[in-house]
Amino acid sequence: MLSPTEAMPSANPKTDVLAPAAVVLSMLTALYFVFIAVPNDAFQGPVQRIFYVHLSMWLPTFAAFGIVGVASLLFLWKKDRRWDHIATASAELGLLFCTLGLATGCIWAKPIWGTWWTWDPRLTLTLVLWMIYAAYLLLRSLATNPEQGSVLAAILGVSGVVDLYLVNRAVYWWRGIHPAVVVTKEGGSGLQDPMMRLTLILCMLAFFLLFLWLLRLRVRTAHLEDEVDRLRHEVLSAA
Amino acid sequence: MLAILWKDLLVELRTKESLASLFLLGTLLLLVLSFAFDPSHPLRESAAPGILWVAIIFSGTIGINRTLLRERDNDCFSGLLLAPIDRGTVYLAKTVVNFTLLSIAELFLVPLFIFFFNLPFLETIARLVRIVPLTTVGFAAIATLFSAVSLQTRAREVMLPLVMLPLATPLFLAAVETTAVLLAGQPVDQVAHWFTLTAVFDVVFLVVGWLTFEYAVAD
Repeated sequence: MLSPTEAMPSANPKTDVLAPAAVVLSMLTALYFVFIAVPNDAFQGPVQRIFYVHLSMWLPTFAAFGIVGVASLLFLWKKDRRWDHIATASAELGLLFCTLGLATGCIWAKPIWGTWWTWDPRLTLTLVLWMIYAAYLLLRSLATNPEQGSVLAAILGVSGVVDLYLVNRAVYWWRGIHPAVVVTKEGGSGLQDPMMRLTLILCMLAFFLLFLWLLRLRVRTAHLEDEVDRLRHEVLSAA
Repeated sequence: MLAILWKDLLVELRTKESLASLFLLGTLLLLVLSFAFDPSHPLRESAAPGILWVAIIFSGTIGINRTLLRERDNDCFSGLLLAPIDRGTVYLAKTVVNFTLLSIAELFLVPLFIFFFNLPFLETIARLVRIVPLTTVGFAAIATLFSAVSLQTRAREVMLPLVMLPLATPLFLAAVETTAVLLAGQPVDQVAHWFTLTAVFDVVFLVVGWLTFEYAVAD
Protein backbone atom coordinates (compact mmCIF):
# COMPACT_ATOMS: atom_id res chain seq x y z
CA MET A 1 0.00 0.00 0.00
CA LEU A 2 1.08 3.55 0.64
CA SER A 3 4.43 4.05 2.28
CA PRO A 4 4.73 7.16 4.43
CA THR A 5 6.89 8.94 1.90
CA GLU A 6 4.45 8.29 -0.93
CA ALA A 7 1.55 9.66 1.05
CA MET A 8 3.50 12.72 2.08
CA PRO A 9 2.47 16.23 1.09
CA SER A 10 4.97 16.33 -1.70
CA ALA A 11 2.53 18.73 -3.41
CA ASN A 12 3.09 16.92 -6.67
CA PRO A 13 1.01 19.05 -9.06
CA LYS A 14 0.60 16.26 -11.58
CA THR A 15 -0.93 13.84 -9.07
CA ASP A 16 -3.03 16.62 -7.62
CA VAL A 17 -4.75 17.09 -10.95
CA LEU A 18 -4.76 13.50 -12.14
CA ALA A 19 -6.14 11.87 -8.97
CA PRO A 20 -9.35 13.93 -8.70
CA ALA A 21 -9.82 13.77 -12.45
CA ALA A 22 -9.61 9.98 -12.38
CA VAL A 23 -12.05 9.83 -9.45
CA VAL A 24 -14.60 12.12 -11.10
CA LEU A 25 -14.36 10.35 -14.43
CA SER A 26 -14.68 6.84 -12.99
CA MET A 27 -17.51 7.97 -10.71
CA LEU A 28 -19.49 9.46 -13.60
CA THR A 29 -18.93 6.32 -15.65
CA ALA A 30 -20.05 4.15 -12.74
CA LEU A 31 -23.18 6.27 -12.24
CA TYR A 32 -24.00 6.04 -15.93
CA PHE A 33 -23.70 2.28 -15.81
CA VAL A 34 -25.65 1.86 -12.56
CA PHE A 35 -28.58 4.05 -13.55
CA ILE A 36 -28.76 3.79 -17.34
CA ALA A 37 -26.68 1.12 -19.01
CA VAL A 38 -27.32 -1.92 -16.82
CA PRO A 39 -30.63 -3.83 -17.22
CA ASN A 40 -33.12 -4.24 -14.36
CA ASP A 41 -32.79 -7.34 -12.23
CA ALA A 42 -35.42 -9.92 -13.24
CA PHE A 43 -36.57 -10.64 -9.65
CA GLN A 44 -35.71 -7.58 -7.62
CA GLY A 45 -36.41 -4.84 -10.14
CA PRO A 46 -34.75 -1.41 -9.90
CA VAL A 47 -34.02 -1.82 -6.17
CA GLN A 48 -31.21 -4.19 -7.05
CA ARG A 49 -29.24 -1.30 -8.53
CA ILE A 50 -28.29 -0.13 -5.07
CA PHE A 51 -26.33 -3.33 -4.81
CA TYR A 52 -23.54 -2.05 -7.03
CA VAL A 53 -22.95 0.84 -4.65
CA HIS A 54 -23.49 -1.29 -1.55
CA LEU A 55 -20.92 -3.93 -2.53
CA SER A 56 -18.44 -1.23 -3.55
CA MET A 57 -18.33 0.04 0.03
CA TRP A 58 -16.78 -3.09 1.48
CA LEU A 59 -13.50 -3.08 -0.38
CA PRO A 60 -12.53 0.40 0.95
CA THR A 61 -13.90 -0.50 4.40
CA PHE A 62 -11.80 -3.61 4.85
CA ALA A 63 -8.77 -2.09 3.16
CA ALA A 64 -9.03 0.86 5.54
CA PHE A 65 -9.36 -1.26 8.69
CA GLY A 66 -6.45 -3.39 7.52
CA ILE A 67 -4.34 -0.26 7.00
CA VAL A 68 -5.28 0.93 10.51
CA GLY A 69 -3.92 -2.31 11.96
CA VAL A 70 -0.66 -2.29 10.02
CA ALA A 71 -0.04 1.44 10.47
CA SER A 72 -0.80 1.20 14.22
CA LEU A 73 1.69 -1.61 14.64
CA LEU A 74 4.36 0.30 12.71
CA PHE A 75 3.63 3.42 14.72
CA LEU A 76 4.11 1.62 18.04
CA TRP A 77 7.28 0.07 16.72
CA LYS A 78 8.93 2.96 14.84
CA LYS A 79 7.36 5.92 16.67
CA ASP A 80 7.06 7.72 13.34
CA ARG A 81 4.19 10.26 13.36
CA ARG A 82 3.50 9.61 9.71
CA TRP A 83 2.21 6.11 10.45
CA ASP A 84 -0.13 7.62 12.97
CA HIS A 85 -1.51 10.03 10.35
CA ILE A 86 -2.15 7.13 8.01
CA ALA A 87 -3.89 5.16 10.76
CA THR A 88 -6.18 8.07 11.72
CA ALA A 89 -7.04 8.86 8.12
CA SER A 90 -7.80 5.21 7.40
CA ALA A 91 -9.93 4.78 10.49
CA GLU A 92 -12.04 7.81 9.61
CA LEU A 93 -12.53 6.72 6.02
CA GLY A 94 -13.14 3.11 6.99
CA LEU A 95 -15.85 4.21 9.37
CA LEU A 96 -17.37 6.42 6.67
CA PHE A 97 -17.50 3.64 4.09
CA CYS A 98 -18.69 1.16 6.71
CA THR A 99 -21.55 3.47 7.68
CA LEU A 100 -22.52 3.97 4.03
CA GLY A 101 -22.30 0.23 3.44
CA LEU A 102 -24.59 -0.50 6.39
CA ALA A 103 -27.02 2.23 5.34
CA THR A 104 -27.26 1.11 1.70
CA GLY A 105 -27.60 -2.48 2.91
CA CYS A 106 -30.56 -1.56 5.13
CA ILE A 107 -32.24 0.37 2.33
CA TRP A 108 -31.90 -2.65 0.07
CA ALA A 109 -32.94 -5.15 2.73
CA LYS A 110 -36.24 -3.44 3.61
CA PRO A 111 -38.02 -4.11 0.28
CA ILE A 112 -36.20 -7.39 -0.48
CA TRP A 113 -35.95 -9.17 2.89
CA GLY A 114 -38.86 -7.23 4.39
CA THR A 115 -36.78 -6.03 7.31
CA TRP A 116 -34.17 -3.34 7.87
CA TRP A 117 -31.94 -5.59 9.90
CA THR A 118 -31.38 -9.28 10.57
CA TRP A 119 -28.82 -10.81 12.91
CA ASP A 120 -27.11 -12.45 10.00
CA PRO A 121 -23.44 -13.15 10.89
CA ARG A 122 -22.13 -10.77 8.27
CA LEU A 123 -24.31 -7.91 9.51
CA THR A 124 -23.39 -8.59 13.12
CA LEU A 125 -19.70 -8.68 12.30
CA THR A 126 -19.94 -5.38 10.45
CA LEU A 127 -21.77 -3.73 13.32
CA VAL A 128 -19.14 -4.91 15.83
CA LEU A 129 -16.40 -3.58 13.54
CA TRP A 130 -18.23 -0.28 13.29
CA MET A 131 -18.35 -0.08 17.10
CA ILE A 132 -14.63 -0.86 17.44
CA TYR A 133 -13.54 1.87 15.04
CA ALA A 134 -16.03 4.40 16.35
CA ALA A 135 -14.49 3.81 19.79
CA TYR A 136 -11.06 4.15 18.17
CA LEU A 137 -11.81 7.68 16.99
CA LEU A 138 -13.50 8.62 20.26
CA LEU A 139 -10.53 7.34 22.25
CA ARG A 140 -8.20 9.46 20.18
CA SER A 141 -10.21 12.62 20.63
CA LEU A 142 -10.76 12.12 24.35
CA ALA A 143 -7.14 11.45 25.28
CA THR A 144 -5.61 13.90 27.72
CA ASN A 145 -2.90 14.84 25.25
CA PRO A 146 -2.73 14.20 21.50
CA GLU A 147 0.54 12.24 21.57
CA GLN A 148 -0.82 9.88 24.20
CA GLY A 149 -4.02 9.64 22.15
CA SER A 150 -2.06 8.36 19.16
CA VAL A 151 -0.41 5.65 21.24
CA LEU A 152 -3.66 4.57 22.90
CA ALA A 153 -5.49 4.50 19.58
CA ALA A 154 -2.65 2.43 18.11
CA ILE A 155 -3.08 -0.17 20.85
CA LEU A 156 -6.75 -0.38 19.98
CA GLY A 157 -5.92 -0.49 16.26
CA VAL A 158 -3.64 -3.48 16.75
CA SER A 159 -6.12 -5.25 19.07
CA GLY A 160 -8.91 -4.67 16.57
CA VAL A 161 -7.14 -6.49 13.77
CA VAL A 162 -6.02 -9.30 16.07
CA ASP A 163 -9.60 -9.66 17.26
CA LEU A 164 -11.13 -9.71 13.81
CA TYR A 165 -10.82 -13.45 13.26
CA LEU A 166 -12.27 -14.28 16.69
CA VAL A 167 -15.25 -11.98 16.23
CA ASN A 168 -15.82 -13.51 12.85
CA ARG A 169 -15.86 -17.08 14.23
CA ALA A 170 -18.06 -16.10 17.15
CA VAL A 171 -20.82 -14.42 15.17
CA TYR A 172 -20.93 -17.25 12.63
CA TRP A 173 -21.30 -19.90 15.32
CA TRP A 174 -23.75 -17.77 17.21
CA ARG A 175 -26.16 -17.66 14.29
CA GLY A 176 -25.10 -21.03 12.96
CA ILE A 177 -26.47 -22.86 16.00
CA HIS A 178 -29.82 -21.10 15.95
CA PRO A 179 -30.85 -20.66 12.33
CA ALA A 180 -33.70 -18.33 13.28
CA VAL A 181 -33.76 -16.25 10.15
CA VAL A 182 -33.15 -18.01 6.90
CA VAL A 183 -31.80 -15.43 4.50
CA THR A 184 -30.93 -15.78 0.89
CA LYS A 185 -27.28 -15.30 0.15
CA GLU A 186 -26.40 -11.78 -0.86
CA GLY A 187 -26.49 -11.27 -4.61
CA GLY A 188 -28.94 -14.16 -4.83
CA SER A 189 -29.71 -13.40 -8.44
CA GLY A 190 -26.05 -14.13 -9.13
CA LEU A 191 -25.41 -11.20 -11.48
CA GLN A 192 -25.91 -13.38 -14.56
CA ASP A 193 -25.73 -10.59 -17.10
CA PRO A 194 -22.16 -9.67 -18.18
CA MET A 195 -23.30 -6.05 -18.16
CA MET A 196 -24.08 -6.41 -14.45
CA ARG A 197 -20.64 -7.75 -13.73
CA LEU A 198 -19.03 -4.93 -15.67
CA THR A 199 -21.12 -2.36 -13.77
CA LEU A 200 -20.08 -3.89 -10.46
CA ILE A 201 -16.40 -3.82 -11.38
CA LEU A 202 -16.61 -0.19 -12.57
CA CYS A 203 -18.44 0.83 -9.44
CA MET A 204 -15.95 -0.88 -7.15
CA LEU A 205 -13.07 0.70 -9.00
CA ALA A 206 -14.64 4.16 -8.75
CA PHE A 207 -15.19 3.92 -5.01
CA PHE A 208 -11.77 2.46 -4.40
CA LEU A 209 -10.17 5.34 -6.29
CA LEU A 210 -12.29 7.76 -4.27
CA PHE A 211 -11.03 6.08 -1.11
CA LEU A 212 -7.37 6.34 -2.16
CA TRP A 213 -7.76 9.98 -3.10
CA LEU A 214 -9.52 10.89 0.14
CA LEU A 215 -6.91 8.97 2.09
CA ARG A 216 -4.16 10.96 0.46
CA LEU A 217 -5.91 14.25 1.16
CA ARG A 218 -6.63 13.31 4.74
CA VAL A 219 -3.07 12.18 5.46
CA ARG A 220 -1.81 15.43 4.03
CA THR A 221 -4.22 17.43 6.19
CA ALA A 222 -2.99 15.58 9.28
CA HIS A 223 0.59 16.34 8.34
CA LEU A 224 -0.18 20.03 7.78
CA GLU A 225 -1.96 20.20 11.14
CA ASP A 226 1.19 18.83 12.75
CA GLU A 227 3.28 21.36 10.87
CA VAL A 228 1.04 24.25 12.00
CA ASP A 229 1.30 23.04 15.58
CA ARG A 230 5.07 22.91 15.35
CA LEU A 231 5.31 26.39 13.85
CA ARG A 232 2.94 27.85 16.42
CA HIS A 233 5.04 26.30 19.14
CA GLU A 234 8.20 27.78 17.61
CA VAL A 235 6.69 31.25 17.34
CA LEU A 236 5.32 31.16 20.87
CA SER A 237 8.59 30.00 22.38
CA ALA A 238 10.49 32.67 20.43
CA ALA A 239 8.15 35.45 21.62
CA MET B 1 5.22 -9.26 40.69
CA LEU B 2 4.23 -11.04 43.88
CA ALA B 3 4.77 -7.78 45.76
CA ILE B 4 2.24 -5.92 43.62
CA LEU B 5 -0.14 -8.80 43.90
CA TRP B 6 0.19 -8.91 47.67
CA LYS B 7 -0.13 -5.14 48.07
CA ASP B 8 -3.26 -4.87 45.92
CA LEU B 9 -5.00 -7.80 47.51
CA LEU B 10 -4.13 -6.54 50.99
CA VAL B 11 -5.46 -3.04 50.25
CA GLU B 12 -8.59 -4.58 48.84
CA LEU B 13 -9.12 -6.86 51.81
CA ARG B 14 -8.63 -3.96 54.22
CA THR B 15 -10.94 -1.52 52.43
CA LYS B 16 -13.19 -3.92 50.49
CA GLU B 17 -14.28 -0.98 48.35
CA SER B 18 -13.92 -2.57 44.90
CA LEU B 19 -15.38 -5.86 46.05
CA ALA B 20 -18.31 -4.29 47.82
CA SER B 21 -19.27 -2.12 44.87
CA LEU B 22 -18.68 -4.99 42.44
CA PHE B 23 -20.91 -7.32 44.39
CA LEU B 24 -23.68 -4.82 45.11
CA LEU B 25 -23.82 -3.66 41.53
CA GLY B 26 -23.93 -7.25 40.31
CA THR B 27 -26.78 -8.02 42.66
CA LEU B 28 -28.64 -4.93 41.57
CA LEU B 29 -28.24 -5.89 37.92
CA LEU B 30 -29.52 -9.41 38.61
CA LEU B 31 -32.53 -7.83 40.29
CA VAL B 32 -33.26 -5.24 37.62
CA LEU B 33 -32.81 -7.73 34.79
CA SER B 34 -35.12 -10.16 36.56
CA PHE B 35 -37.74 -7.44 36.64
CA ALA B 36 -37.50 -7.22 32.87
CA PHE B 37 -38.89 -10.73 32.49
CA ASP B 38 -42.13 -12.02 33.95
CA PRO B 39 -41.15 -14.69 36.54
CA SER B 40 -43.84 -17.06 35.28
CA HIS B 41 -42.94 -16.64 31.65
CA PRO B 42 -40.80 -19.34 29.95
CA LEU B 43 -38.78 -16.53 28.31
CA ARG B 44 -37.11 -15.97 31.66
CA GLU B 45 -35.41 -19.33 31.56
CA SER B 46 -33.85 -18.74 28.17
CA ALA B 47 -32.77 -15.27 29.26
CA ALA B 48 -31.00 -16.58 32.37
CA PRO B 49 -27.49 -17.06 30.88
CA GLY B 50 -27.62 -13.59 29.39
CA ILE B 51 -28.72 -12.07 32.68
CA LEU B 52 -25.88 -13.74 34.58
CA TRP B 53 -23.27 -12.48 32.13
CA VAL B 54 -24.61 -8.97 31.82
CA ALA B 55 -24.47 -8.72 35.62
CA ILE B 56 -20.88 -10.02 35.72
CA ILE B 57 -19.69 -7.90 32.80
CA PHE B 58 -21.12 -4.58 33.92
CA SER B 59 -20.24 -4.88 37.57
CA GLY B 60 -16.80 -6.22 36.58
CA THR B 61 -16.14 -3.33 34.20
CA ILE B 62 -16.77 -0.82 36.95
CA GLY B 63 -14.92 -2.80 39.61
CA ILE B 64 -11.82 -3.18 37.44
CA ASN B 65 -11.65 0.53 36.76
CA ARG B 66 -11.13 0.91 40.51
CA THR B 67 -7.92 -1.11 40.79
CA LEU B 68 -6.03 1.20 38.45
CA LEU B 69 -7.80 4.38 39.57
CA ARG B 70 -6.53 3.67 43.05
CA GLU B 71 -2.96 3.90 41.77
CA ARG B 72 -3.76 7.28 40.31
CA ASP B 73 -4.56 8.82 43.70
CA ASN B 74 -1.40 10.13 45.33
CA ASP B 75 0.42 9.42 42.08
CA CYS B 76 1.18 5.86 43.16
CA PHE B 77 1.28 4.81 39.55
CA SER B 78 4.47 6.75 38.85
CA GLY B 79 6.06 4.98 41.78
CA LEU B 80 4.92 1.64 40.43
CA LEU B 81 6.37 2.44 37.01
CA LEU B 82 9.66 3.61 38.50
CA ALA B 83 10.11 0.23 40.12
CA PRO B 84 12.88 -1.73 38.37
CA ILE B 85 10.59 -4.32 36.84
CA ASP B 86 9.34 -4.96 33.37
CA ARG B 87 6.06 -3.18 32.53
CA GLY B 88 4.75 -6.46 31.16
CA THR B 89 5.16 -7.90 34.64
CA VAL B 90 3.14 -5.03 36.11
CA TYR B 91 0.44 -5.87 33.60
CA LEU B 92 0.42 -9.55 34.52
CA ALA B 93 0.29 -8.73 38.23
CA LYS B 94 -2.63 -6.35 37.73
CA THR B 95 -4.40 -8.95 35.61
CA VAL B 96 -4.03 -11.55 38.35
CA VAL B 97 -5.37 -9.06 40.91
CA ASN B 98 -8.38 -8.30 38.73
CA PHE B 99 -8.93 -11.98 38.05
CA THR B 100 -8.92 -12.68 41.79
CA LEU B 101 -11.34 -9.86 42.56
CA LEU B 102 -13.71 -10.89 39.78
CA SER B 103 -13.59 -14.49 40.94
CA ILE B 104 -14.42 -13.53 44.51
CA ALA B 105 -17.35 -11.43 43.29
CA GLU B 106 -18.51 -14.35 41.15
CA LEU B 107 -18.36 -16.62 44.19
CA PHE B 108 -21.15 -14.49 45.60
CA LEU B 109 -23.00 -13.62 42.39
CA VAL B 110 -23.37 -17.14 40.99
CA PRO B 111 -25.10 -18.58 44.11
CA LEU B 112 -27.34 -15.53 44.15
CA PHE B 113 -28.18 -16.17 40.50
CA ILE B 114 -28.98 -19.80 41.31
CA PHE B 115 -31.13 -18.60 44.20
CA PHE B 116 -33.11 -16.12 42.10
CA PHE B 117 -33.62 -18.53 39.24
CA ASN B 118 -34.43 -21.49 41.43
CA LEU B 119 -31.82 -23.81 39.92
CA PRO B 120 -30.37 -26.98 41.49
CA PHE B 121 -27.49 -25.64 43.58
CA LEU B 122 -24.62 -28.15 43.44
CA GLU B 123 -25.39 -29.30 39.94
CA THR B 124 -25.39 -25.76 38.56
CA ILE B 125 -22.15 -24.91 40.34
CA ALA B 126 -20.53 -28.03 38.90
CA ARG B 127 -21.70 -27.07 35.44
CA LEU B 128 -20.74 -23.42 35.57
CA VAL B 129 -17.31 -23.98 37.09
CA ARG B 130 -16.22 -25.21 33.67
CA ILE B 131 -16.79 -21.94 31.87
CA VAL B 132 -16.83 -19.08 34.39
CA PRO B 133 -13.11 -19.05 35.35
CA LEU B 134 -12.00 -19.47 31.73
CA THR B 135 -14.07 -16.47 30.67
CA THR B 136 -12.92 -14.47 33.67
CA VAL B 137 -9.26 -14.87 32.59
CA GLY B 138 -10.01 -13.29 29.20
CA PHE B 139 -12.15 -10.61 30.78
CA ALA B 140 -9.43 -9.68 33.28
CA ALA B 141 -6.78 -9.70 30.51
CA ILE B 142 -8.62 -7.33 28.19
CA ALA B 143 -10.11 -5.15 30.91
CA THR B 144 -6.74 -4.59 32.61
CA LEU B 145 -5.15 -3.45 29.35
CA PHE B 146 -7.98 -1.12 28.41
CA SER B 147 -8.49 0.27 31.89
CA ALA B 148 -4.86 1.44 31.65
CA VAL B 149 -5.73 2.93 28.27
CA SER B 150 -8.91 4.66 29.44
CA LEU B 151 -7.11 5.98 32.51
CA GLN B 152 -5.31 8.41 30.21
CA THR B 153 -8.51 9.87 28.75
CA ARG B 154 -10.90 12.54 29.93
CA ALA B 155 -13.94 10.27 30.07
CA ARG B 156 -12.38 7.43 32.04
CA GLU B 157 -15.45 5.59 33.26
CA VAL B 158 -17.26 5.66 29.93
CA MET B 159 -14.20 4.87 27.86
CA LEU B 160 -13.47 1.42 29.30
CA PRO B 161 -16.77 -0.24 28.31
CA LEU B 162 -16.87 1.62 24.99
CA VAL B 163 -13.47 0.38 23.95
CA MET B 164 -13.49 -3.02 25.58
CA LEU B 165 -16.98 -4.45 25.01
CA PRO B 166 -16.92 -4.55 21.19
CA LEU B 167 -13.51 -6.24 21.29
CA ALA B 168 -14.77 -8.72 23.87
CA THR B 169 -17.74 -9.78 21.70
CA PRO B 170 -16.31 -13.27 21.04
CA LEU B 171 -15.66 -13.83 24.73
CA PHE B 172 -19.17 -12.94 25.82
CA LEU B 173 -20.92 -14.72 22.98
CA ALA B 174 -18.95 -17.82 23.92
CA ALA B 175 -19.80 -17.42 27.61
CA VAL B 176 -23.53 -16.96 27.04
CA GLU B 177 -23.82 -19.78 24.51
CA THR B 178 -21.83 -22.21 26.66
CA THR B 179 -23.73 -21.28 29.81
CA ALA B 180 -27.04 -21.85 28.04
CA VAL B 181 -26.01 -25.34 26.94
CA LEU B 182 -24.49 -26.24 30.32
CA LEU B 183 -27.51 -25.00 32.29
CA ALA B 184 -29.77 -27.11 30.12
CA GLY B 185 -27.65 -30.08 31.19
CA GLN B 186 -26.56 -30.93 27.67
CA PRO B 187 -23.17 -32.63 27.04
CA VAL B 188 -20.07 -30.41 27.02
CA ASP B 189 -18.87 -31.74 23.64
CA GLN B 190 -21.63 -29.74 22.05
CA VAL B 191 -19.87 -26.50 22.97
CA ALA B 192 -16.25 -27.65 22.61
CA HIS B 193 -15.65 -25.10 19.84
CA TRP B 194 -16.75 -22.28 22.15
CA PHE B 195 -14.29 -23.46 24.78
CA THR B 196 -11.50 -23.37 22.21
CA LEU B 197 -12.52 -19.88 21.15
CA THR B 198 -12.50 -18.66 24.76
CA ALA B 199 -9.08 -20.21 25.40
CA VAL B 200 -7.66 -18.62 22.23
CA PHE B 201 -9.14 -15.27 23.23
CA ASP B 202 -7.53 -15.56 26.69
CA VAL B 203 -4.10 -16.29 25.25
CA VAL B 204 -4.34 -13.64 22.52
CA PHE B 205 -5.27 -10.83 24.89
CA LEU B 206 -2.79 -11.87 27.57
CA VAL B 207 -0.05 -11.62 24.95
CA VAL B 208 -1.36 -8.37 23.41
CA GLY B 209 -1.69 -6.85 26.89
CA TRP B 210 1.73 -8.03 28.00
CA LEU B 211 3.33 -6.53 24.87
CA THR B 212 1.43 -3.25 24.63
CA PHE B 213 0.87 -2.34 28.29
CA GLU B 214 4.13 -0.41 28.41
CA TYR B 215 2.90 1.92 25.66
CA ALA B 216 -0.40 2.44 27.45
CA VAL B 217 1.23 3.59 30.67
CA ALA B 218 4.20 5.51 29.25
CA ASP B 219 4.04 9.25 29.89
